[in-house]
Amino acid sequence: MTVTQAPGVGKTVASKGKPPQNRPRKRWIGGALALALVVLLALLPKLALSVPGVLPGPTYSAGTLQLLAVCFLIGALAVTYHLLFGVTGMLSFGHALYFAVGVYGFATCLQTWHLGLLPSALITLGFGVVTSLIVGAISLRVGGIAFAMVTLAFAQAGSLLVYRNLGGHTGGEEGLGLTDAKLPDALLGVVNTANLYWLALAVAVLVYLAVVWVSGSRVGAMMTAVRENELRVQVLGVRPYVVRLTAFVVSGTLATLVGMAYLLLQGGANPQVTTTNFTLSLLVMVVLGGVGARWGALLGGILYTLLDQRLGVLASSSTVTSLPDVLRVPLSQPLFLLGMLFVVIVMFLPGGLAAAFARIAGHAPKETL
Amino acid sequence: MSVVVLLLITGLGLGALYFLAASGLSLIYGLMRVLNFAHGAFLTLGGYLGYKVASAFGPDSRTWPVFLLSLVVGAAGGAAFAALVELVLIRRLYEREIEQVLVTVGIGLAAVALVVGIWGADARPYPAPAWMSQVTGVLGAQVPNSRFVCILAAVLVFVLLNLLLGKTRYGLIIRAGVENRAMVAALGIDVRKSFTAVFVLGGALAGLGGVLAGLYNASLSPGGGDSLLIFAFIVVVIGGLGSIRGAAIAAVVVALLQQFANYYATSGVGDLMVVLALAVVLLVRPAGLFGRSVRIA
Repeated sequence: MTVTQAPGVGKTVASKGKPPQNRPRKRWIGGALALALVVLLALLPKLALSVPGVLPGPTYSAGTLQLLAVCFLIGALAVTYHLLFGVTGMLSFGHALYFAVGVYGFATCLQTWHLGLLPSALITLGFGVVTSLIVGAISLRVGGIAFAMVTLAFAQAGSLLVYRNLGGHTGGEEGLGLTDAKLPDALLGVVNTANLYWLALAVAVLVYLAVVWVSGSRVGAMMTAVRENELRVQVLGVRPYVVRLTAFVVSGTLATLVGMAYLLLQGGANPQVTTTNFTLSLLVMVVLGGVGARWGALLGGILYTLLDQRLGVLASSSTVTSLPDVLRVPLSQPLFLLGMLFVVIVMFLPGGLAAAFARIAGHAPKETL
Repeated sequence: MSVVVLLLITGLGLGALYFLAASGLSLIYGLMRVLNFAHGAFLTLGGYLGYKVASAFGPDSRTWPVFLLSLVVGAAGGAAFAALVELVLIRRLYEREIEQVLVTVGIGLAAVALVVGIWGADARPYPAPAWMSQVTGVLGAQVPNSRFVCILAAVLVFVLLNLLLGKTRYGLIIRAGVENRAMVAALGIDVRKSFTAVFVLGGALAGLGGVLAGLYNASLSPGGGDSLLIFAFIVVVIGGLGSIRGAAIAAVVVALLQQFANYYATSGVGDLMVVLALAVVLLVRPAGLFGRSVRIA
């Protein structure tokens, strides 16, 4: 088995070569900034900020809160993918599966089995652990590109299960609504979008902190080591298989958690989240933001979701519809623009936006850029 | 009995489509170590170009010469697009395989979105000669004629590919490149030319497969190429990466398994069985049926 070398990953390692006395202070400043940002975001439903062109309305409006909440959750999902691809160096094409387990598992518990919120959440997390454990245990028998294909196949199997509505629990292409679920009133209706927004923010912060904690732990160091030099890990007496499987299960279970919040936010399950294209868009987000940086993945996820939503609005604007066909057709397809943007980033900006920012700020090591 | 025959021939027709997609993927991976996610876009684009040419003939679109022309145009379109992708993008990322895969992902997403933009997201009926949708009796089974065309095309491609790889100098270079790329380069042969060659070849086969998929399903949709691509990936892994013979055998096995299970169990079970088969093959033989373990690892 060979380790799949992720692009731009050399950066994280290289940045550790800085003078040691500088690091705790920098980390402290970064933490304070992040905390301030989270507090600001948490206050948004009470504020009336508008960002024309980016947000559909002032920040207290339900539409804007909904969009931002989706951004947070997809950003968090991208961070779980970062743990897999950026930290451990595993290129999985099936990450949508664990997210979908969260969405559909939670929906089944709530809607079909009429369970309460907490038991449903625990059972669904259990599903997430079991699914990622089984799929990981099988697919990690092969490495590199073959691993990517096997994870893809499993995710496709999940997608088929959902779309074909085997057993009649998933609602097929129509998805599954939460009409019959026992949910607290605080989580229902447009009036309570702010509560769902806070929930999404909390889940995103929780997932981010969990990934920070795991990557900073001894296991996290092993994950990085497996990515960089598998042989040395073996020489140290650790089985790379176990390290990879740990990363796979942690990342999968966190994705399940995000999926559960996503279900509540959307008020139903949409089979779109099971597709390969959804996993591919996760990959696009992580690479867009920068494979080497955790916050890059978060940024990539948020940016991608915003672009995806707002480019659709742009497409139906009069400026675009009045253009000749040669320009109008490509501009009206957000996925075309995002795909091309992705290609440009891969070609000309290895390391993604995170590396670009670091380069502008002037503290990126030259040799990796 | 007649049901079994019908499922057998329909399954072989589906296997033919899988083979057309998988053989190109397998060669590209074998030589370049690039898992080509744009292959689905090649299929879709080839299919739509064939459709475009055929429907340009209006009332004559359902004649044989037009059908043959649409096959040629589909294959040429797939080849041209593949050449463009290889020369403009993949070549610049020489020896950076993950980035190459990422670029094909981006191209795949963008190209399919473009097809949606130009031809719409809805499926379109494929104009084919009327004979295609008629049936021929084989041992009591009424088999649509398009199945035979797909099988015939795949068998021809298989024979020609084997001749190309086995009897010509280009084939020799490609086979040697699959075995040991560094050694071929060390012998003074420009491997990059053969990279372009396999990409163009793969694109042409995918374009051909796209038109035939339109014929097989009697309709075209922008997502059709990608859903075929997933099973082509499975075929490639089961058959062993880089092996044409493996791809052919795995394509037939996968398609037959899928057809029979979908018929005798519920629809959809066959697709799951295929994934299960993939898991079993990887557990027993991680390199696939005809692959070498070094190559996949």
